[in-house]
Amino acid sequence: MSDNYEPKILAFLCNWCAYAGADLAGVSRFQYPPTLRVIRTMCSGRVDPLYIAGGLINGYDSVFISG
Amino acid sequence: MDVGRHLNINIIPNTEVTALEGEAGDFKATLESNPRYIDTNKCTGCGECKEVCPVTAINEFDCRLNKRAATYIPYAQAVPLAYTIDREKCIGCGLCQRVCLAEAVDYSQQAKTAELGVGAVILAPGSNAFDPSTFDNYQYNKYPNVITSLEMERILSASGPYQGHLMRPLEREEPKKIAWLQCVGSRDINQCDHPYCSSVCCMSAIKEAVIAKEHASHDLECNIFYMDMRTHGKDFEKFYERAKSIGVKFTRARVHSVMEDETTGNLHMSYFTEAGEMVNEEFDMVVLSVGLESKDSSVQLAEKLGVDVNGNKFVVTTDKNPVQTSRDGVFVCGVFQGPKDIPQSVVEAGAAAAAAGEILSSSRYTATKEVELIPETNVVGERPRVGVFVCSCGINIAGTVDVNAVKDYAAALPYVEYVCNNLYTCSQDTQEFITQAIQENNLNRVVVASCTPKTHEPMFRDTLAAAGLNKYLFEMANIRNQCSWVHLSDRPSATEKSKDLVRMAVTKAALKEPLQEIKLDVNQTAMVVGGGVSGMASALNLSRQGFQTHLIERDRRLGGQANSLHVTGKGEKVSEIVSELVKDLEADPNINIHLNTTIESVEGFVGNFKSTLKNGESVLDIEHGVVTIATGGYEYKPEEYQYGKDPRVITSLEFDRKLMNNEFEFDKIDTAVFIQCVGSREPDRPYCSRLCCSHSIESALEMREKNPDMNIIILNRDIRTYGEREHLYKKAREVGIIFVRYSREEKPEVTLENGKVMVRAVDNILGRPLEIEADLLTLAAAIIPNGDIELAQNFKVTTDDDGFYVERHAKLGPSEFATDGVFMCGLAHYPKPLDESISQAKAAASRAVTLLARGTVSTNGEIASTNPMVCSGCSVCVSICPYSAPRILDEGRFAGKAEINAALCKGCGLCVASCRSGAINLKGFSDEQIFSMVSVANY
Repeated sequence: MSDNYEPKILAFLCNWCAYAGADLAGVSRFQYPPTLRVIRTMCSGRVDPLYIAGGLINGYDSVFISG
Repeated sequence: MDVGRHLNINIIPNTEVTALEGEAGDFKATLESNPRYIDTNKCTGCGECKEVCPVTAINEFDCRLNKRAATYIPYAQAVPLAYTIDREKCIGCGLCQRVCLAEAVDYSQQAKTAELGVGAVILAPGSNAFDPSTFDNYQYNKYPNVITSLEMERILSASGPYQGHLMRPLEREEPKKIAWLQCVGSRDINQCDHPYCSSVCCMSAIKEAVIAKEHASHDLECNIFYMDMRTHGKDFEKFYERAKSIGVKFTRARVHSVMEDETTGNLHMSYFTEAGEMVNEEFDMVVLSVGLESKDSSVQLAEKLGVDVNGNKFVVTTDKNPVQTSRDGVFVCGVFQGPKDIPQSVVEAGAAAAAAGEILSSSRYTATKEVELIPETNVVGERPRVGVFVCSCGINIAGTVDVNAVKDYAAALPYVEYVCNNLYTCSQDTQEFITQAIQENNLNRVVVASCTPKTHEPMFRDTLAAAGLNKYLFEMANIRNQCSWVHLSDRPSATEKSKDLVRMAVTKAALKEPLQEIKLDVNQTAMVVGGGVSGMASALNLSRQGFQTHLIERDRRLGGQANSLHVTGKGEKVSEIVSELVKDLEADPNINIHLNTTIESVEGFVGNFKSTLKNGESVLDIEHGVVTIATGGYEYKPEEYQYGKDPRVITSLEFDRKLMNNEFEFDKIDTAVFIQCVGSREPDRPYCSRLCCSHSIESALEMREKNPDMNIIILNRDIRTYGEREHLYKKAREVGIIFVRYSREEKPEVTLENGKVMVRAVDNILGRPLEIEADLLTLAAAIIPNGDIELAQNFKVTTDDDGFYVERHAKLGPSEFATDGVFMCGLAHYPKPLDESISQAKAAASRAVTLLARGTVSTNGEIASTNPMVCSGCSVCVSICPYSAPRILDEGRFAGKAEINAALCKGCGLCVASCRSGAINLKGFSDEQIFSMVSVANY
């Protein structure tokens, strides 16, 4: 693994908290690596375990669920 | 946000009320609007002006820990989200005007005066945090590491001056040891004129200490110095216990002064422990827990409006009418009514709205606006034709992302028929442009790549509706908040990421289906369960707002626990309040009182409940649209302190009953003892019963008045006379009532010896044992909720571990359940004094009226639905749903299968992810749609 390895992350974020938090990170101009792709769900409880598998099968290094 | 978007709430910012003429129902208010030099209708909140502004001013919102420009928005959540120019700081260079592409900057704005006709006025001007600069002993102005609790809030906030990193102001190093000093500017008539308790600071200090420990990168020592720990709110005592368990230290001491070590910036404090030892301790940082005080401008406003204010600069109200000011038609809520926390402020706001509603109900819907509906085009079965609108957001997106590259990329995606780039996709003219583009290009799906759906999705959905397209055929790609703003220095990656986000959105949009919102009629009748003061006050307000109300009481008379109460905290006779309420209710033709009645069963849901009432042998069915649960509580019957074994040992309620029945022979009582927290703040009943401290002191004062020679001793763990109730405590000490503290580990002992009631405790100051012969021992017993489980099941609502009903949200929905159409108030929610019960009763009524007055409820389109052919009837969805939306059908073709009630479903998708059979689909977030995004998300 090279030193500048950045894992590709697929994120499922709850509309009411984590997604709002990601928005606020933008408002506050927090800088983070551009390797995160976000899918909004209305609740982190919506996330089916199959989505996690789906993310990994599609080449993501990790899947992040926050809510 | 909800307020900002509400069609019928007109926000008039930067404006003061200078005069109010007329009377309740017909006021004329004179408004004076100060110029903000930026047109709020044109400003998009992009922030370009702020970037070019050469002025540096102090950021007041960040408590002077940060800087801002002369053009600014005080904080990110401000409504309206539009900039203001601080002309006192502005040098008039005109740079902002030159860069503003929306042409919102207008230096020529002048102050304007306007008149407004209104029926009722609600005062909610809030408060200031106390400024401790005048205290020479804490040297707040001189020592950089002495800060206020408000500054600590900003330091701990992710959007604050240090981005949420725990640092002290001097050299921005992480502190290892922090002290909180309580009651700075509260409970103090020595250095400031604030004899009251601010109610909120104990809890906020504990919260800050817990969060600071979470934010610290190493072990952080937190020590809170206090007089009485006042965690009297719902679940607050548990939080206090939790803070202790994670190592937050609590020291009962009033710290005299703080001295700075000039070389390190550390702070030295000397204080006496309870045992009387003097301790010298050094801290890296000291937080002053500053109290709340009314603003001078609020007091001036009250003066202009003819509203009386008391010596503490809070509005004069009564316990019977806690939101009514001295002027008819003018109401008050929040801290200007008296110091209080957010949950109680929100409750009171509901009460003020309900009280105003009584005046306004006759003119309901005469001045409101309605959304115009456009007939919808049927697009079912059509090939998707997606239109993609890529927003530049001034240069907020275009400055980092190559929006033209994104636009061209989108044009090549499957099903995309139309693409364009807009300077501001959210501006009014762009909405008209989008409507036109939809119609001219026969678009049947729309994607907007711009900011966040959290703020702008509702608006764009309305644009679709205006174009005759189902509003659910819309998807957003968040290329601003979650892309351009967070990758400012990486244009290529940000552009690529934007393309990915647009691709994901387009893929999902192509799979979107038009969704329907079902409209259900709401039965215009209300039901209130429980005929105590809360239930009565709620029913009366519902009726006065124009709705027929059934009041159900299982007892043979109305009044509940209030029948046994003597006076309120402000000295009003409870019996008078009760009899007046009963008289009003009985005279009200809109109210049906059902005494000796219980609820047998309940069917239905929001807007359409059907309850079966039972009175002896007779049964009655009533249909109602909403229900308020006010089932109250009762007093704990102590098993400790020899209760029940001697007539001289009684509970607080028994005390009041005896007092009202004139059963006391005051001259024969030499010594009266009160024991607090009997059955409260114990491991098996961990909550504080909130009102017992004030109640015992009221009783003690009454005794003292009747027999000035009586020895009165109150044994307590903390005295929790919060808010202006602190006056009672102060008065009690002035008249010589003795307060002795005990701890949970070392409780007083009560024995019956030779016909005497002996109380033994340890004096907390002298550390010596104390032996008292009591002629009367009053036990301040806990309040236990009735927490009727059967009723809870009937209305599909929940109770917490202590048996209190669980509200939708502690702050956002304190008087309603998560289940739609069901509301709560009074002791069933949490122990509270009479004035707070009346406030919550009105608040519950106010929330209920928002449903009743509309006449219909619309379901959300994005909800779950079951496929009965696949459902195995396992009931997992029924048990997991927080809103009680699914149920198992018990008859018909699909008996034994689950069905989801569209009126109750909130679309969270818990049931969908939990369904073992894959029988549930969440419209708008289906497996197919989410998988399609997952599969095209990779880059």
